[in-house]
Amino acid sequence: MDYKDYYKIMDLEKSADQAEIKRAYRKLARKYHPDVSKEPDAEARFKEIGEAYEVLKDPEKRAAYDQLGSNWKAGQDFHPPPDWDAGFEFRGGGYTEGNASDYSDFFSSIFGDSFRQSTTGRQPQGGFNMRGEDHHAKVVIDLEDAYTGATRAISLRSPEVNANGQVVTRDRTLNVKIPKGVKQGQKIRLTGQGSPGMGGGAAGDLYLEVQFNPHSSYRVEEHDVYLELPLAPWEAALGASIKVPTPAGPVDMKIPAGTRSGSKLRLKGRGIPAKQAGDLYVMPVITLPPAETDAQKALYEKMQQEMSYNPRAKLGV
Amino acid sequence: MATKILNGELLDETVELSLADLCQACSCHAEWVLTLVDEGVLEPVNRSRPHMRFTAISLERARRARHLQRDLGINLQGVALALDLLEQIDTLNARLIRLDKNY
Repeated sequence: MDYKDYYKIMDLEKSADQAEIKRAYRKLARKYHPDVSKEPDAEARFKEIGEAYEVLKDPEKRAAYDQLGSNWKAGQDFHPPPDWDAGFEFRGGGYTEGNASDYSDFFSSIFGDSFRQSTTGRQPQGGFNMRGEDHHAKVVIDLEDAYTGATRAISLRSPEVNANGQVVTRDRTLNVKIPKGVKQGQKIRLTGQGSPGMGGGAAGDLYLEVQFNPHSSYRVEEHDVYLELPLAPWEAALGASIKVPTPAGPVDMKIPAGTRSGSKLRLKGRGIPAKQAGDLYVMPVITLPPAETDAQKALYEKMQQEMSYNPRAKLGV
Repeated sequence: MATKILNGELLDETVELSLADLCQACSCHAEWVLTLVDEGVLEPVNRSRPHMRFTAISLERARRARHLQRDLGINLQGVALALDLLEQIDTLNARLIRLDKNY
């Protein structure tokens, strides 16, 4: 288990007063809040900051933490000294409402059991029953999966109260069917897959939020899908029947004569196949064939002579 | 290792959630959800109190509101403003990606 330097995590001096600690926490929490931040490691940072604040804002915990001594370095292998917590008593209450599983092993080793029980150790009693908590998680899929449906294995880690009223962390893996027609941000509800209920109460539900991996060719907007499609000048000028890729496999498409870059061709119903299916928009991009050999150059020269085309006519030159 | 495949319910635009569903999913009280409705943070499909219905969009907004209020100590008006601004940022980012890709 690694030692955690809570002062360093919050960028504070060891001598910081409570007001400074609160200020530092508020600033960092706003910066790294997972609902606000665009930083890639926001969630991990936010948990780390929350844990550091949990300890430093509470004079009792802070004093206990400080007593571990300042010789520890962040990341160093840590074992709590034998009777390090003698003389400290941690009162329950006043903690943030985080899950026990949000805290690091380091945290649990110092504040562990007393903390876990004081926050969540609600004992099931006679006649008392309560529905289990709902859980939320994310599942990342590819755009193609939204067309065909897919099965994903999802690993979950959740705190649970066992028969003795102790909180234990349970790891489990679920195989979940991702229905076809999902779009970015939609949720799938799995009834009864949240926390177990207490005293005969029903289990909670699990909500999975669907996110798409960014795709190299397609851009997705709601149920519509956009594809940039390269065309040869003659295909665009004369019209052509060509093969166009779609997330469900290639289809044949007619390109009308006189197609320009910047126009938009619609393949109706070829977007994400939801109840109301989206469309696939093809955005033609006319590409330039190279003029490398003499024969190729001669062709361009012939075009120049025959076509008397001025691409800058609109600019008046 | 369980190989059973679970079939969930897709919460698309057609699925409506009850006030109780919403409270349970956000671990919050009905009063708090009703305050969000009064503040205009949530737009229920149906406003009549005992049978108020919501879409899954409200579920996500309510969860975000709860996190912001709890973690950052923002009051409800502040939460409402933050949610609106965050949604604007999302829309602008999507536009930026579109413009970057030039189509």
